[in-house]
Amino acid sequence: MFDNLASKFSSAFSSLRGKGRLKSGDISEIVAEIKSALLDSDVAISVAEDFTQKIQERAELVLDEVNKSTNPSQAIFNIVNEELITILGGSARRIRFAKKPPTVILLTGLQGAGKTSLAGKLAKYLKDQGNTPLLVASDLQRPNAVTQLQVVGESVKVPVFAPEPGNGVGDPIRVAKDGIKFAQDKLHNIVIVDTAGRLGVDAELMEQAKKIRDAIEPDEVLYVVDAMVGQDAVRTALAFQEGVGFDAVVLTKLDGDARGGAALSITQVTGKPIIFAATGEKVTDFDLFYPDRMASRILGLGDIQTLAEQAKNALDSETTAKLEKKFVEGEDFTLDDFLAQLEAMKKMGSMTKLLGMIPGANSGAMKKQLEQFDDSELIKTQAIVQSMTPLERNDPKVLNGSRRSRIAKGSGREVSEVNSLVERFTGAQKMMKQMRTGKGGMTLPPGMGGMGMPAAPIKKQQSQSKKKSRSGNPAKRALES
Amino acid sequence: MALFSKLLAKIRGSSISSGDWEEIERSLIESDLGATNTKEIIELAKKVRSDEIESAITDELRKWLSANSRDLASNFDRVTTILIVGVNGTGKTTSSAKLVANLNSKNKKVILAAADTFRAAATEQLQTWGERLGVRVVIGPQNGDPASVAFDAITKAKESGCEYLIVDTAGRLHTKSGLMDELGKVRRVIEKVSPVDEVLLVVDATTGQNGITQAKLFMESVAVTGLILTKMDGSAKGGVALAIERETGIPIKFIGTGESAADFAPFDAQSYLSGLIVN
Ligand SMILES: Nc1nc2c(ncn2[C@@H]2O[C@H](COP(=O)(O)OP(=O)(O)O)[C@@H](O)[C@H]2O)c(=O)[nH]1
Ligand SMILES: [Mg+2]
Repeated sequence: MFDNLASKFSSAFSSLRGKGRLKSGDISEIVAEIKSALLDSDVAISVAEDFTQKIQERAELVLDEVNKSTNPSQAIFNIVNEELITILGGSARRIRFAKKPPTVILLTGLQGAGKTSLAGKLAKYLKDQGNTPLLVASDLQRPNAVTQLQVVGESVKVPVFAPEPGNGVGDPIRVAKDGIKFAQDKLHNIVIVDTAGRLGVDAELMEQAKKIRDAIEPDEVLYVVDAMVGQDAVRTALAFQEGVGFDAVVLTKLDGDARGGAALSITQVTGKPIIFAATGEKVTDFDLFYPDRMASRILGLGDIQTLAEQAKNALDSETTAKLEKKFVEGEDFTLDDFLAQLEAMKKMGSMTKLLGMIPGANSGAMKKQLEQFDDSELIKTQAIVQSMTPLERNDPKVLNGSRRSRIAKGSGREVSEVNSLVERFTGAQKMMKQMRTGKGGMTLPPGMGGMGMPAAPIKKQQSQSKKKSRSGNPAKRALES
Repeated sequence: MALFSKLLAKIRGSSISSGDWEEIERSLIESDLGATNTKEIIELAKKVRSDEIESAITDELRKWLSANSRDLASNFDRVTTILIVGVNGTGKTTSSAKLVANLNSKNKKVILAAADTFRAAATEQLQTWGERLGVRVVIGPQNGDPASVAFDAITKAKESGCEYLIVDTAGRLHTKSGLMDELGKVRRVIEKVSPVDEVLLVVDATTGQNGITQAKLFMESVAVTGLILTKMDGSAKGGVALAIERETGIPIKFIGTGESAADFAPFDAQSYLSGLIVN
């Protein structure tokens, strides 16, 4: 997100950098550029105006000071950065736990904002921290929202309180209330209540949301909002603030390229901080929201912390441990393991997304590299393996011509692609066998040996990367080593 | 929020202050037409007499509408296949159901394909609609290949002599090339059996400028033939759809105005355009 903003900022600043001493006119120039960048990024017009005015004032105020410093443009840059962090919510906010459990969290927002998926992610996040959350299915409106929450709950192994079938049947206020009671009885220390999406202009449904709130007295009301939203962000956020009220904001779908100006607008206009960010469709695609990181990202400084954390998560994965064990114990590496590897890689998130967090990723040359880079190779390979039967995955030797053409058809790939995958796989399998006689386990996450290729053990890989990189893309190459 | 029509009434006949222009500009930007588009309109409007401003603006916006047909494709000799695509949560499944209801009312024989095998309970959601509307839904296994559901559906549609096949697909962000390829594959697999006649991109009216990138990238991978603009019952004006029409030529074909199957209508330019400028 904020890609455009970041690149506009960096071009504005590079012209400043060339200037040395700054005059008042230089500042107006850059302020105008910042404003138009903000508007293109869907920042509400009133917020964009306030923001740029503040920058102008602060910069003018310290102009003499700034010009005495060794790097005047850097000083202006710092002002913009500071103001951005201020609007984005100051220091990072955390969930406030109730003194007396359970802590009750109520999710609200427009239709399609991503509340139900978020409920699952939040439950998993809190559970991983040692809590015992309960999910409550109070969206009785949208067809099969209850079923969706049940499936999501099952996948993160968090119980779901769903006494009503939904699809228009049942009273959401009652379900929410009973859910809290249930949590108290069963000693859950957190309750997450999913509610139906509603419009800011729908007075009746807003009244219902208020009733749910009053019935369960939540410790946190979270307003869930799609990062792709435009100028309506302010109107609707204010309607929810007035209608149910909320304590913090969750931004979803941040894995896209939305410029996400809504983040700035909503925090500025409602005075509420953004607390979490959802960055993908998997339950682990969920981060705390860090205003300072986001500001750095806007300014093209990259987001190294998030990158490091995501890499760590993938490294800690169960699959990795299982594969290591298999490797050490001398078991055969099968196509099923390979599939698990691919999953682990996907867990690391889209490569493009990760690379986007690297400092300088928004600069011209790097950006071009990123655009050329895609994860489709990975997905194609996965499709091929998924089209194989368990027998074939376990023992690729059975893959005769007719089986291969069936797999190609099933996965929508060419037979030659199937052939080449099998070839690469058998090669890797052989290599793994040879490696076993050597020492040392794998320390790289499986699959990191190259896009869509079975992992090569690390020793081998090092010698390979010295000789010749497999990719002409520097970003990709960096990941290979 | 500026009251655009009131403002126009106020300035009609009198001279316009720079503050008035700012207010018109704000109003257009707040409709999500985009900053650059708005600037262009303002410059144009500044050239006409003050009593002509409103019509000058509406005329200009009308020019941005696509010249492509807004009618839903239909064939007499074979099944008409419609692919429903878009980013997550825009209202694809609901719109699929609304299209069915629309075609039902014209006594067309319709079949649905639940090709969103990814999102939890997406298949069940479409099945619920299928039951409500009395229409058969072809399904596949959770996390299965969406293309094979689509293939199955087109085969069944042909066998059973359906006039329309509507394929609901999983939401995907346009930036995920792997998922966009998957959509291309769904299309290709259907076309092994019968042509795809419409690819309708579902855009949420609250969407900001990102909608333009969405349209361009979906266009690239599946050749979008029309837009369904949803959630027009809210406070958002859906101006990005006009920006999309201007930029890509993809016409808005339908408008969604609520959560039930009947909250759906063919695009009406007049009411849409006046919605953009009358705040
Ligand atoms: N108010 C309103 N809500 C809508 C409209 N279209 C869809 N929705 C709601 O938006 C949410 C997401 O819709 P869904 O069809 O599941 O989206 P999908 O993920 O794109 O398939 C649901 O709660 C729908 O009821 C509309 O035109 N107006
Ligand atoms: Mg859907």
